[in-house]
Amino acid sequence: MRNPQLNRHGELIHLLSIEGLPRDVVTHILDTAGTFLSVSEREVKKVPLLRGKSVFNLFFENSTRTRTTFEIAAKRLSADVINLDIARSSTAKGESLLDTIANLSAMHADMFVVRHAESGAPYLIARHVAPHVHVVNAGDGRHAHPTQGLLDMYTIRHYKRDFTNLTVAIVGDIVHSRVARSDIHALATLGVPEIRAVGPRTLVPGDLREMGVRVCHDMAEGVRGADVVIMLRLQNERMSGAMLPSAGEFFKTYGLTPDKLALAKPDAIVMHPGPINRGVEIDSSVADGSHSVILPQVTFGIAVRMAVMSIIAGNEA
Amino acid sequence: MKILIANGRIVDPASGRDEPGDLAVADGRIVSLGRVPAGFEPDRRLDARGCVVAPGLVDLAARLREPGHEHEGMLESELGAAAAGGVTSLVCPPDTDPPLDEPGLVEMLKFRARKLSRARLFPLGALTRGLAGEVLTEMAELTEAGCIGFSQADAAVRDTLVLQRALQYAATWGYTVWLRPQDAWLGNGVAASGAVATRLGLSGVPVAAETIALHTVFELVRATGARVHLCRLSSAAGVALLRAAKAEGLPVTADVSINSLHLTDVDIGYFDSAMRLAPPLRQQRDRDALRAGLADGTIDALVSDHTPVAADAKQLPFAEAEPGATGLELLLGLALTWGEAAGLPLHAALAAVTSRPVSVLGPALGSLASSAGRLVEGGVADVCVFDPAARWAVRPEALVSQGKHTPFAFETSGVELPGLVRATLVAGVPAYEAR
Repeated sequence: MRNPQLNRHGELIHLLSIEGLPRDVVTHILDTAGTFLSVSEREVKKVPLLRGKSVFNLFFENSTRTRTTFEIAAKRLSADVINLDIARSSTAKGESLLDTIANLSAMHADMFVVRHAESGAPYLIARHVAPHVHVVNAGDGRHAHPTQGLLDMYTIRHYKRDFTNLTVAIVGDIVHSRVARSDIHALATLGVPEIRAVGPRTLVPGDLREMGVRVCHDMAEGVRGADVVIMLRLQNERMSGAMLPSAGEFFKTYGLTPDKLALAKPDAIVMHPGPINRGVEIDSSVADGSHSVILPQVTFGIAVRMAVMSIIAGNEA
Repeated sequence: MKILIANGRIVDPASGRDEPGDLAVADGRIVSLGRVPAGFEPDRRLDARGCVVAPGLVDLAARLREPGHEHEGMLESELGAAAAGGVTSLVCPPDTDPPLDEPGLVEMLKFRARKLSRARLFPLGALTRGLAGEVLTEMAELTEAGCIGFSQADAAVRDTLVLQRALQYAATWGYTVWLRPQDAWLGNGVAASGAVATRLGLSGVPVAAETIALHTVFELVRATGARVHLCRLSSAAGVALLRAAKAEGLPVTADVSINSLHLTDVDIGYFDSAMRLAPPLRQQRDRDALRAGLADGTIDALVSDHTPVAADAKQLPFAEAEPGATGLELLLGLALTWGEAAGLPLHAALAAVTSRPVSVLGPALGSLASSAGRLVEGGVADVCVFDPAARWAVRPEALVSQGKHTPFAFETSGVELPGLVRATLVAGVPAYEAR
């Protein structure tokens, strides 16, 4: 079974997941992102790499923030960007996913940026688009959010340089998190020796060990000696019911407070994919404190998305 | 009509008979096995040189999609698929639309199937009205209309009290209750819990969904004495519990699908919706236990779990895709593939799809019980003639069934199946002949 995001030469034609990407492909994306970072700091924030190309943002699930970062990235590459709020248009009228894709393809789309509530939806789309059309997964169900994973790696590399001596703790709702899965695959690909998944058994099941992580149900054990602490957003619907009794109890047991952060390495960085829930998974003083790199993550995210779009647009199926 | 099937290799799984010979059929019955009686003048002669002459296959689980889902399958296409697959008798679950909970629906289905004279149809009646798990159906009336047992199909009875009463009531009349052991709540996922589901971010169905349901069923069987057939076991732990229940002497039987027998969750690959099945595909050790359980008789029968699904319903993200795969035309080939891999003689592999499922049906078959799924002089002439040496590639567009989705399509699996059906006789009349 060939990895559907690579062509015969092993080049990236879609970005669907970090799983299965060779290390040099990941490194190449990060290096390319580095060159784009300066573009965003210039007076004229544009390069002509995607001039004349049409990028369609297909968000079957609402996310203003992620959609905006893709839109900015595409525009800085000089692409024409079309935002489709699918959640409120065609599928609401009963059109099937593939019919929507076929219709948009007839409008000569060159790239689809897809967010969908179901794991694997971008794979289905990638299987059905014309050979010159590229697909970027902007988050599918619980499965993957590869550009977030890559921007997290860019951030870690920026602050820590070397991956091969790091301890990274990912804390919170791992089981439902596409960010966690993409981070785990990326960290493993880049040679991080200790990846910890931290949280209660309802959110961090033992199966995760099969992804090569150390499962910790104790927060102190999880963050002790960590170089990087990645806090995940706790979705509102998990905050009560059978997954967790309450947001308050979660904050008390797994929320990142200055006391708990003190167990990590003195130069540890704190990351979060946003949007943050202050007082649920992270204390305000930590989110705004000196260890936090949450805002630089956002800046790097634009450069990483520019890198991904420019690389896949240059490769033929 | 008199037919002579000449020069074949006659294999009868029930008796272990495996020898060359002729088979003569007259008026729907087998007249002779081995030698042709003097003066037998056939109207038709089928040359079976190089072919196996076996009993027609008996499939304990095939959805025909009528009534209610005619866009996915029709009686005519699906019974045609059965004949093309060498299947001469099949049991259909009651999850049609409306469900088979009214005698009139069952009579209509039986009547229409008889008119098509392809495969024999044995419907399961709904155990509860509308399969809602609340109110019992008129089981005696449904039996009179032709139901051979009662089932909830894939809808669990959530209320244990209702399940107990359903078993008590069925036991009163000696009806068999067919249950798929899956806890309604734990069974909510779309893939088996484990490394693959975790990695792909698919919601999981733990093994406990099956074992908890099995424990519940076995306790209620102990309490009520009802006879239960367990549909589509999927786990090693489930096989172990079944083995213990049989050793204890509980009146239970079970089947496994061709999908669970040959595939694992790793086959989901990159979200291949052809692998969206119910029960979900489990791990290697589960598959190994299912294969061993079928070989040692713990599991009684191999079934196709035939479920035609419309193309639109599969061209969806994995979790949204409708579960199910076409199977009637693959049952023989996948039974033989399993037999070859397990080192079983041909008659033993065939028994899993002929005589053993007939034993599950037992007296519910009425006068057919003594000869369906077997080759017996004087018995019904339900016969499958196939070339055991021919290997064929599954090409979905060439299947007779309206359901074209299968995990075993050559294009994706690269697998060729043994056993090409040459002719199928139902009640002594050709229901299918290969061109």
